[in-house]
Amino acid sequence: MNMIVTSASPATPNGTTSMPNGTTRPQVRIVIVGHVDHGKSTLVGRLLHETGSLPEGKLEMLKAVSARRGMPFEWSFLLDALQTERDQGITIDTTQIRFRTNSRDIVLIDAPGHAEFLRNMITGASQADGAVLIIDALEGVRDQTRRHGYLLHLLGVKQVAIVVNKMDRVDFGADRFKEISDEITAHLQGLGVTPTAVIPISARDGDGVAERTDRIGWYKGPTVVEALDRLEPARPLEALALRLPVQAIYKFDDRRIVAGRIESGSLAAGEEIVIMPAGKIAKIKSVESWPVTPVAGRQGAGRSVGITLDRELFIERGDIIAHAGTSPRETRRLRARIFWLHDKPLAKGDQLLVRCGPKESRATVVAIEKAVDPGELESSENKAIGRNYVGEIDISLSNPIATDPYTENPRTGRLVIEVSGRIAGGGLVLSVDAGQRAVPVDIVPVESALRPDERSARYQHNGAVVWLTGLPASGKSTLARALERRLFTNGGSPILLDGDTLRAGLNRDLGFSAADRSENIRRLAEVATHLARNGHIAIVAAVSPAREDRAAARRIADTTFREIHVATPAEVCEDRDPKGHYKKARAGALQSFTGILNDYEKPEAAELVIDTSRRTVAEAADEIEQMLKTTGVLFDEVVDLAANI
Amino acid sequence: MDHLDQLEAQSIYIFREAFARLKKIALLWSLGKDSNVMIWLARKAFFGRMPFPALHVDTGKKFPEMYRFRDHYGKEWELDLRVEPCPPIDAVDPTLPPAARSAARKTEGLKMALAKYGFDGLIAGIRRDEEATRAKERVFSPRGLEGNWDVRDQPPEFWDHFNASPPQGAHLRIHPILHWTEADIWAYTKRENIPIIPLYLSQNGKRYRSLGDQDITNPVASTASSIDEILVELEQTKVPERAGRALDHETEDAFERLRVAGYL
Repeated sequence: MNMIVTSASPATPNGTTSMPNGTTRPQVRIVIVGHVDHGKSTLVGRLLHETGSLPEGKLEMLKAVSARRGMPFEWSFLLDALQTERDQGITIDTTQIRFRTNSRDIVLIDAPGHAEFLRNMITGASQADGAVLIIDALEGVRDQTRRHGYLLHLLGVKQVAIVVNKMDRVDFGADRFKEISDEITAHLQGLGVTPTAVIPISARDGDGVAERTDRIGWYKGPTVVEALDRLEPARPLEALALRLPVQAIYKFDDRRIVAGRIESGSLAAGEEIVIMPAGKIAKIKSVESWPVTPVAGRQGAGRSVGITLDRELFIERGDIIAHAGTSPRETRRLRARIFWLHDKPLAKGDQLLVRCGPKESRATVVAIEKAVDPGELESSENKAIGRNYVGEIDISLSNPIATDPYTENPRTGRLVIEVSGRIAGGGLVLSVDAGQRAVPVDIVPVESALRPDERSARYQHNGAVVWLTGLPASGKSTLARALERRLFTNGGSPILLDGDTLRAGLNRDLGFSAADRSENIRRLAEVATHLARNGHIAIVAAVSPAREDRAAARRIADTTFREIHVATPAEVCEDRDPKGHYKKARAGALQSFTGILNDYEKPEAAELVIDTSRRTVAEAADEIEQMLKTTGVLFDEVVDLAANI
Repeated sequence: MDHLDQLEAQSIYIFREAFARLKKIALLWSLGKDSNVMIWLARKAFFGRMPFPALHVDTGKKFPEMYRFRDHYGKEWELDLRVEPCPPIDAVDPTLPPAARSAARKTEGLKMALAKYGFDGLIAGIRRDEEATRAKERVFSPRGLEGNWDVRDQPPEFWDHFNASPPQGAHLRIHPILHWTEADIWAYTKRENIPIIPLYLSQNGKRYRSLGDQDITNPVASTASSIDEILVELEQTKVPERAGRALDHETEDAFERLRVAGYL
């Protein structure tokens, strides 16, 4: 049996192990941590033995070695022996040991060596699905126990089984066990981690490891093996949303091939995709390969592929290909939990190069929120993150990147930081502030060649954002179109921004979750504001049900914002139902429909309220025109054009 | 995806990173089983053609079968083949033991080729399982201005993020099959039907497990006369792959000295 498996082999992308008979078993990666001498190696030795994972003759050999040296047999010798073998054979930084429970294949990530502890812990344990935290029953919870708990929290390992070892040294006392159990549970819960089990054991004698012996008869919970058997594997990468970061575009012949590795999800020819951050849409024409091409069927996570698209689009290295509706967020600002390996501490204001997959962007550290020595667990003054420290930082990026929080996608949600061409740190993306404006680093907005008054003179109005909000079928689009026609006839420059129309293009990557709706409104507001600043009247017709989103739009458009509540009664709207949405929603065929569930939040201080059930379209347009006059958008008098020439 | 699919996908990823991030690269083709697999993987990565030269640093002491293989497949695979000579033995560090000294000609030949073409990246077919100093390698391994390798100061490399900015005038070694084993190479060669030099197969109870220069490479005892038999043999043997390489056994650190100086 091949017990020692080098970490050089790529992790199984789908979180399962293929069996000879074609079935699969979930594969769970765990790390065992705890204070030195609390019994890590003994437990590992025991686990290997109890699960029948030892090579033949290994146990006998160790017994003989112990006898020859006149020493009592120790389970930890087993692991030491394996490590010696490893040192003499293939030398690899980190090593993985495999064993099996009833229903799981367990991969134990061994992260030894205190000096390199952080690097190993991060590279190894950041990929762990679960952890076993070991505590000596006599010594109880020690500083290092707490540190390890903290590190697990930092790394996002949520499934933690606690074992209280050496119960034989406290006479298998239930009281002592409870004392420790309460203390560690409280500590972990304070960090947001709930232990999956707290298990009294004697690793040396085997109590509680695979069997619930009489000596711990008072304990009713799972054994260590049972606890491991209940760990959930990470969500298989293939089950996550498609992420294909573009490594390069090749044109070696008449094909234009977009090449990259599928980090998660899967794709097939014929599917519609969106290219982020630009948000361009295309269809996959073919999946190219060599020597046989094209290849048929779905291509899943882990594959290095090449695809061709049905249209010529500008795509570049670092773009991310996703499916519409589940695409990653574009951002210029993110928050990350990082570990720092460079001699020079990382400080606020530092300029860096951030790599997120093949995408690179210059970045500035906007804030350092936390700086912790994982060895001492002392939070420093938050001014800088020293070598081998961990911390949380806010960074502002000079190019927008498409990324995911690591909790949503462990592959795209991680980044490395380069200093002078060398990797100096790395970390996990905690959150993506899609809505937040970046602190300008090297963005220099280019101003229009025209002054606002030059445009106003021509159009006889100032730029404005006229925002029509109201229930579906309240008459927003009809009013917007009437207003558009009227303003245009009078020589103005109205531009209609209909919510649905923009969802077909600019906002195609967005769904109907609260977050996506906010983003939809933000983009509408940004586009409308840009037009308003350039002298046009942007007429926005969008349900925009959330008061907070409209408030955000008002903040963006500032003084140019005019809100009109199209307050047609709900029954009238449903009765009209020109798009058949109400009917569909009533039938349950339309998710997230605003109107029936009454999640529309009325404006409290709109510039104008119109009930279209009591006004004709022309009357309503008159009212809007009047409001635009009284609020300084439309000019009452003809402006002397000559004065502006 | 099976094991070989995973290895292949990972290697392709590395090839594409090297091609995207470095300006001028070449693949070192030693004509052996590993570099043949590398060329195959490169053609997979780039859809049939290898968009950079194959560099053969020629000591002039390879087996005739190897030269025949080079001339035939260099053409058939449409490689941009550059054959570069090595300096005579007198030009090499005389303090090295004989076989190592002979092998070190290749290091010097490599430096000459680097100077001639100005490559900033050399793709090499070393594997971690071959030998202890190679096990400590990075996928993108920076070399000093003299082509030297500083084993004590290697940059961190994790999550498939590679350091790809060599200092001016220096170069990187790129190792796309670092994570493969000898058995993986043979299983993949069989699966993909990649041509091999017949010296790897047993004749008269002996075969070459690793091919180098004629004067410093010896066959090992073996009855494996097909790839299937080689795979069975590899499962059972306790003989290391480079047992037939004289230079590995001269002094304890001969190989390390060579590698630190820039040998593969």
